[in-house]
Amino acid sequence: MSKNLKTKRYESIGSKLGHWVVSVFDLIFGPVQKLVGVKRVPYLFVLPNLLIFGIFILYPMLLNFVYAFTGGASFFTGERPFVGFDNFERLFACENILQPNTCQEDLFWRAVHNTVFFVIAQVSLMIVVSLVTALILNRKIIWRGFFRSVFFYPCLLSPIVVGLIWKWILQEGGVLNGILVNFGLEKLPFLVDANWARFWVIIVSVWASMGFYTLILLAGLQAIPSELYEAASIDGASSWRAFWKITMPLLMPTMVVVIVLSLIRAVQIFETIYAFTGGGPGTATFYLVQFIYRYGFSSPNKQFGVAAAASLLMAGVLVVLTLIQLAASREEAY
Amino acid sequence: MNPIIEFLTRKRGRKKLNLSDYLSYFYLLLGVLIMFGPVFWLILSSFKTPIEITRFPPRLLPYRQETVEVEGYDDPLQMYSVTFEDGSKRALAQVRRIGLEAQMIDLQTPDEIIKVDISQREPIERVSFNLDNYIEGVDSFNFGKYLWNSILVTVFSTILTLLVNSMAAFALSKYKFRGRQTIFLTMVSTLMVPLSVVLVPIFLVITKIGWNNNLLGIIVPVAATPTGVFLLRQYMVTIPDELMDSARIDGASEWRIYAQIILPLTKPALAVLTIFSVMWRWNDFLWPLIVLSRSELFTLQVGLASFQGELNVQWNLILAMTVLTLLPISIIFAVLQRNITTGIATTGLK
Repeated sequence: MSKNLKTKRYESIGSKLGHWVVSVFDLIFGPVQKLVGVKRVPYLFVLPNLLIFGIFILYPMLLNFVYAFTGGASFFTGERPFVGFDNFERLFACENILQPNTCQEDLFWRAVHNTVFFVIAQVSLMIVVSLVTALILNRKIIWRGFFRSVFFYPCLLSPIVVGLIWKWILQEGGVLNGILVNFGLEKLPFLVDANWARFWVIIVSVWASMGFYTLILLAGLQAIPSELYEAASIDGASSWRAFWKITMPLLMPTMVVVIVLSLIRAVQIFETIYAFTGGGPGTATFYLVQFIYRYGFSSPNKQFGVAAAASLLMAGVLVVLTLIQLAASREEAY
Repeated sequence: MNPIIEFLTRKRGRKKLNLSDYLSYFYLLLGVLIMFGPVFWLILSSFKTPIEITRFPPRLLPYRQETVEVEGYDDPLQMYSVTFEDGSKRALAQVRRIGLEAQMIDLQTPDEIIKVDISQREPIERVSFNLDNYIEGVDSFNFGKYLWNSILVTVFSTILTLLVNSMAAFALSKYKFRGRQTIFLTMVSTLMVPLSVVLVPIFLVITKIGWNNNLLGIIVPVAATPTGVFLLRQYMVTIPDELMDSARIDGASEWRIYAQIILPLTKPALAVLTIFSVMWRWNDFLWPLIVLSRSELFTLQVGLASFQGELNVQWNLILAMTVLTLLPISIIFAVLQRNITTGIATTGLK
């Protein structure tokens, strides 16, 4: 009883404080509104957001072009000479782009190859796993809310935490090798062998974000009216047929959104890798964003122009993917 | 093939569980194991002693060897179970070990040294969830400082995000003014432009402002999230305009209308954005990594990454610190999981 009163008192103090803050702001805002007129008030409301947005998102996007078309070692744009397409030419200086060894910037092409391979494999696996999970969660099961949360939980973990957890499990003396040895098998070089490392990077990134796509697909599945399935079963359609003739076509728009979103995320893989494999062994899991990070920040001789050119190329790919997504979600809205 | 498809598609369960139901629950339980298992293993490992941590193959639970304090010896002595030649077993404390021979004492007769071959003794162990790693880790890792920085960044960035995003969303949803469409479309179109693309130039902007090595540099730039504006605008559009008109007749300023009429009605959307923002900012890594180079300003994520990159840092400390880093967000999730999952399902955002 008294506890209730206490929380109520706190609430009323809170709301009094709220009113007080609003009133203080009103003292400033009232005269300003008189000064600029009601018509221009909306500009005042968008201004803070627009300022931050302009300075920290829009302006840097434009600056990126300046970097990409200028050379030299200076970080400040005023001291950088214009070099035209030199940075891009350098990235593309290859005898054969399918063989990174023949390129001037072989690291870039290694990163491109790794990224392309990773994106294709990761997105395919991601779609299959999250679709199967969503279909199962959409069945009449007990504890659906709990299971849904279980699959989503890793999405909340920070990429660094995810990387460290799996590094701990997969290292040479880790628990997975322990289990293998317990079953009388040999230890496997999970993080030392290039192909194993690539394999685990895919598995770990699917583990870390499949829950998100499962949720979106589940929402799409739940939007399909159950009458359709009832009608189909009355007509004697098999569940195999119902799946291909009802579920898949109606889920397609959601599916496209999921595919594109996961593509966009996969292209940008970096943070998990930073703690997990660090790009290694060698350059086996060295991806595009890490290339940009290395040339722009961590390498002793930084090449801002090359980093910016590479990021523009990546942005181009992302813009195309985003346009596909916008078109798809518009279709979905109709 | 058919039971598999049926198992994947059937929505309405019969009263009796059939094969496809069993398969479903098997899949879900496997999911629980795979999703929670790694974190569970991390937590168990974080309680292990440095010796136990390097043991291969590892054991599930954290064991610790029993020790006893004996008068006349400065350090606690380790307890062993010794098997004698006649097959009898005794619990003895080891005083020292010389090569293959161990000198041990019985606790009843501490003055009499018993010489034992080391192959005859087995350590006496018990399961122990010991906090040593946490205590030592917090000391050597500067955890308190990093935690404080992370909390500062998360709290202030979230407040700023809520304020500027809701103001912008209010203007974009409740007024007609020139440039409204342009502003909205520009924001939405950058929704997908990730930080990684503008890494170099955004660092120049920060440097010119003088915000590198300043927490402001990671609080302010991320506050104008297009996602947040989009989410709040979509919600505010559904609030009827009549409420605003009647307030205007009563002489309320536009600020009062925003703060006292629209904001309270937008609470559900604000709650979703708060959860997202806390999640984003707590887990942010790439951005703080670039802006901060002085270690006393590190957030938990950057601190943890640099901690594991240092040489000669032991896994037992890293594991304990990883647990502490994931703990706050896990608690929030446990409490709010329903809101989070439905919020994401309805908005399609993460």
